[in-house]
Amino acid sequence: MDIQFFIELFFGGLTRGSIYALIALGYTLVYGIIELINFAHGEIYMLGAFTALLVAGVLGVYGFPAGGILIVAALAAIVWCAAYGYTLEKVAYKPLRGAPRLSPLISAIGMSIFLQNYVLLAQTADFVPFPNLLPEMEFLDHIGNVMGPSDFLILMVSTLAMLALSLFIRYTRMGKAMRATAQNRKMALLLGINADRIISLTFIIGSSLAALGGVLIASHMGQVNFGIGFLAGLKAFTAAVLGGIGSIPGAMLGGLVLGLAESFTTGYFSGNYEDMLAFAILILILIFRPDGILGKAKVQKV
Amino acid sequence: MKKGMTWLAAMAVCVTLAAPAQAADPIKIGVQGAQSGDLASYGVPSLNAVKIVVDEANAKGGLLGRTIEVVAQDDQCKPEMATNAATKLISDKVDAVVGPICSGPTKASLPMFQEAALIAVSPTATTPGLTEDGKNPLFFRTVANDNAQASLTSDFMLNNLKVKKVAYLHDNGDYGKGFADKNREIMEKGGTETVLFEAVTPDAVDFSAVVRKLRRAKPDIIVFGGYQPVASKLLQQMRRDNLKTPLIGPDGVKDETFLKMTGKDSEGTYASYPKDTSTLPEYKKAREAHIKAFGSEPGFGYYNAYAAAQCLLAAMEKAGSTDTAKIKDVLRENQVDTPLGKLSFNAKGDAAGMGLSIYQVKDGKFVELDHSIVLE
Repeated sequence: MDIQFFIELFFGGLTRGSIYALIALGYTLVYGIIELINFAHGEIYMLGAFTALLVAGVLGVYGFPAGGILIVAALAAIVWCAAYGYTLEKVAYKPLRGAPRLSPLISAIGMSIFLQNYVLLAQTADFVPFPNLLPEMEFLDHIGNVMGPSDFLILMVSTLAMLALSLFIRYTRMGKAMRATAQNRKMALLLGINADRIISLTFIIGSSLAALGGVLIASHMGQVNFGIGFLAGLKAFTAAVLGGIGSIPGAMLGGLVLGLAESFTTGYFSGNYEDMLAFAILILILIFRPDGILGKAKVQKV
Repeated sequence: MKKGMTWLAAMAVCVTLAAPAQAADPIKIGVQGAQSGDLASYGVPSLNAVKIVVDEANAKGGLLGRTIEVVAQDDQCKPEMATNAATKLISDKVDAVVGPICSGPTKASLPMFQEAALIAVSPTATTPGLTEDGKNPLFFRTVANDNAQASLTSDFMLNNLKVKKVAYLHDNGDYGKGFADKNREIMEKGGTETVLFEAVTPDAVDFSAVVRKLRRAKPDIIVFGGYQPVASKLLQQMRRDNLKTPLIGPDGVKDETFLKMTGKDSEGTYASYPKDTSTLPEYKKAREAHIKAFGSEPGFGYYNAYAAAQCLLAAMEKAGSTDTAKIKDVLRENQVDTPLGKLSFNAKGDAAGMGLSIYQVKDGKFVELDHSIVLE
């Protein structure tokens, strides 16, 4: 077996997997708190890419250095998408909180289609080029094409983001309140936790991570389009279910497993099977381990 | 009552018999294609082209002493609407059809035109199977079929680039896979080795796995079948991952957007595309007529439809009749000066005399290379 090729595929899978993981965290956080699959989440990722594109375009005109533009564009995308996530929850889900579980799900799908068409009308149906803002990284040349600057950036940034999220959930007051709400919303309410604030916070964090994923992928692929959120969102959802929906380490693990699986399938078999594999995994997981790799089986109380 | 019916029927017979005798009846040219809907920009230029050619002929006194009339039918480029449009054209008793515009509707309408003994000349339907031997003897087209491009590109790779190892990527669509398949068939006959033949998922989050596989296969050239968006994404990722192998694609790649998306990454990329005929007098005339009539540059398929209408009218004139059996043979022999060059049709119905060239990106522009074929 060709070790070099294996390593290349491994890192390629990690890159892709980190993006899935970043988006999957949004699905898992929201599901953990209010048991809703936010199907408009992929569109937030797409909005992140577009926001960064617009900000980078404006800053580029004024001649800022490339690295600086990327950082400002990423921050702008995070703030802007956090606002979108917050509004999305207030408009599409909060009014339906007491409704049967199907209603917010349909509302989510509606929002997804709305956001796609909104960007289609506001921007364009074509693919739009995203400027290459990455600095040359000479030390990467020595490791034999295993990763390029954008792969390196994606791995670094997503690892930091996931680490920060884990620490936040584990050690801060807000994080503890989030965990408490996820465990038992009624009890948390009785203890004086403002559930509405926690739900808003969940959407804000999830959307920021998705926006970050969008910016990273836009600088990796070099182009953006209104439709990129759909398949990426679906794959990330698969990753979240794979890891155990509702579980934060599960979403990270699920993303990486799915990314690696896709990369190796394409590398050793054929790119034809890439999408088929993702959804075959989803179906198999649902059949044999419905709670995912790290999910816990829920005891239905009577 | 019964007597009245007989009388009516007798009258109907008289009218029908009398119809061909009236020389003043106009010759009707049907035009079928997308004239509304989201693909209208593909169909409307064709209708404009036929109107311009017909107006010009009428201004010169018409054809065979009769005036010519254009009968338009909209199929929105949807196969399910195409049969309706075709039925209407047939019941309107058109003498020949320019169209349909898209391959799917063409496939749906052709059997009906064949049965009604009507000649159809499509300006833009490129699916190779439409002109299979003997299947549609009354079908013609003024555009190169998809296989023609593959013949040109494989010939160029074998004889000019002299490549040995070839990788093929496609988007799994009819057009993209067809191009890759045909290239592979010809290249393997020419003695090259296929190191990779694979589909890519157009919406994939990234293409890194495929690019790494390509790098490992070490091809001399990459044949890409598909359209511009996938081609540009793939090319960008290849160049970023230090893969410098050149890429060759069909006309779906030769697009201004492709250059805009890929920037300097596209340098050296090859694509096949119809030969540049913009210096021909017929081309200039057709373009000026459109600008005069509609105040804008002609759109997609305009020159192909212009040529189709010219060939059709010229064949009727030479045959001295609008009879299908007569003009069918004349169409094949008659060479007509069109914006695309001197055209006639081969035995299958494909345009002969049209040129296809290889283009290469040089300094951010597609430049026509000195390698072209003339279709026979």
